[in-house]
Amino acid sequence: MNLPQEVLTEETRQIVSRLLRDNQVVGVIGLRTEHNHTGPHLFTSADDLKELTLEPRYPLATICQAILSSLSQGKLGVIVRGCDERALIEMAKLTNIEMERLVLIGLSCSEELARQCRCRRPYPSHIDVGEIVEGVSPLEDTQVRRLLEQNVEERLAFWQQEFARCIKCYGCRNICPVCICTECVLKEECWVERGQIPPELQFHLIRAYHIADKCVGCGACVAACPMEIPMTTFYTLVQEKLRELFDYEPGLDTKQKSPITTTLEETPLREL
Amino acid sequence: MNYKTVLTVCPYCGCGCGMYLPVLDGQLGQPIPDKTHPLSEGRLCIKGWAASEHVVSPDRLTQPLVRTGDDLKQATWDEALDLVASRLMTLRDRHGPDSLAFLCSAKCTNEENYLLQKFARTTVGTNNVDHCARL
Repeated sequence: MNLPQEVLTEETRQIVSRLLRDNQVVGVIGLRTEHNHTGPHLFTSADDLKELTLEPRYPLATICQAILSSLSQGKLGVIVRGCDERALIEMAKLTNIEMERLVLIGLSCSEELARQCRCRRPYPSHIDVGEIVEGVSPLEDTQVRRLLEQNVEERLAFWQQEFARCIKCYGCRNICPVCICTECVLKEECWVERGQIPPELQFHLIRAYHIADKCVGCGACVAACPMEIPMTTFYTLVQEKLRELFDYEPGLDTKQKSPITTTLEETPLREL
Repeated sequence: MNYKTVLTVCPYCGCGCGMYLPVLDGQLGQPIPDKTHPLSEGRLCIKGWAASEHVVSPDRLTQPLVRTGDDLKQATWDEALDLVASRLMTLRDRHGPDSLAFLCSAKCTNEENYLLQKFARTTVGTNNVDHCARL
């Protein structure tokens, strides 16, 4: 059963208020509605807590990373959904973020949102607000199922058609919480020709290589894509392969290494 | 540490996509597309994504430059505007008002564009008014 949104919002406000009052955190990253627009905000006092909201989803992990880099002392609070926490864990694996400096306020997603995102884990490891809802298998997506039934040529034709719409806005790369190289090869002319739209298929394949073992399925890339290229479908299929071959899921444990960067002795390939 | 997100509109073209500009300790960061904006709904084009870059670019012009021969020389706003005004008037007097044209911009406000066409039509006396959105 889903609790009403207002109840969840009020609970979250109280937790944030307590953290700030007890000086446990310097501030809390969450969402604020102001002037009828909702966006990320750093709550540092109880004054603006009445404007705290829980939806829509924004990728907050990247903001945590930026703030932590300039925060010399103290901890930072953040309201995390399952995907936010997974993104933070993936960042931590690449030593870009110190998890111990964060105070996570776990928020479980609603059943409706879980279905909308086709999310396997619509909840963080520790839930402070909301109730656990059952995950949805990404395979419930009709597009995913259809692609799984197709052969290589049909799948390639499908993706070529989808990627042909790309206007190379770099939105998917910019918004992605696990796309964190400091030097991006997609800016190098030897790989991506300047002024060419749509870009060669390799534009998307380079990104796919980079985040194949890091994608946490937050869907930020699709939400930011002006051309509605179904990138989550693409990465869902990659993630399913990772599960199938290596029994691996990104974003669950900072100590768990990616099977792509470890040897087969450490993480044996499953018998097929 | 000081962090805030400023709700604003992309300055690049007339679409007016919504974005939040993050400011961390006075440093401008990469825009965050506004998911609740009725027009752009959390999406931006490459120009919007790069909207903060020109603000912090070392190549950004921060004061007027006046060309003398092959060189560009730093000038005050008064000097630059006096020069522009006198040259415009000279050209109008010598070749007629239709020897001049005025380009408005989708990056300006309606009011600024109104002022420019008003200036073109009343002060200079030409209907040669166009704008960058026709490019």
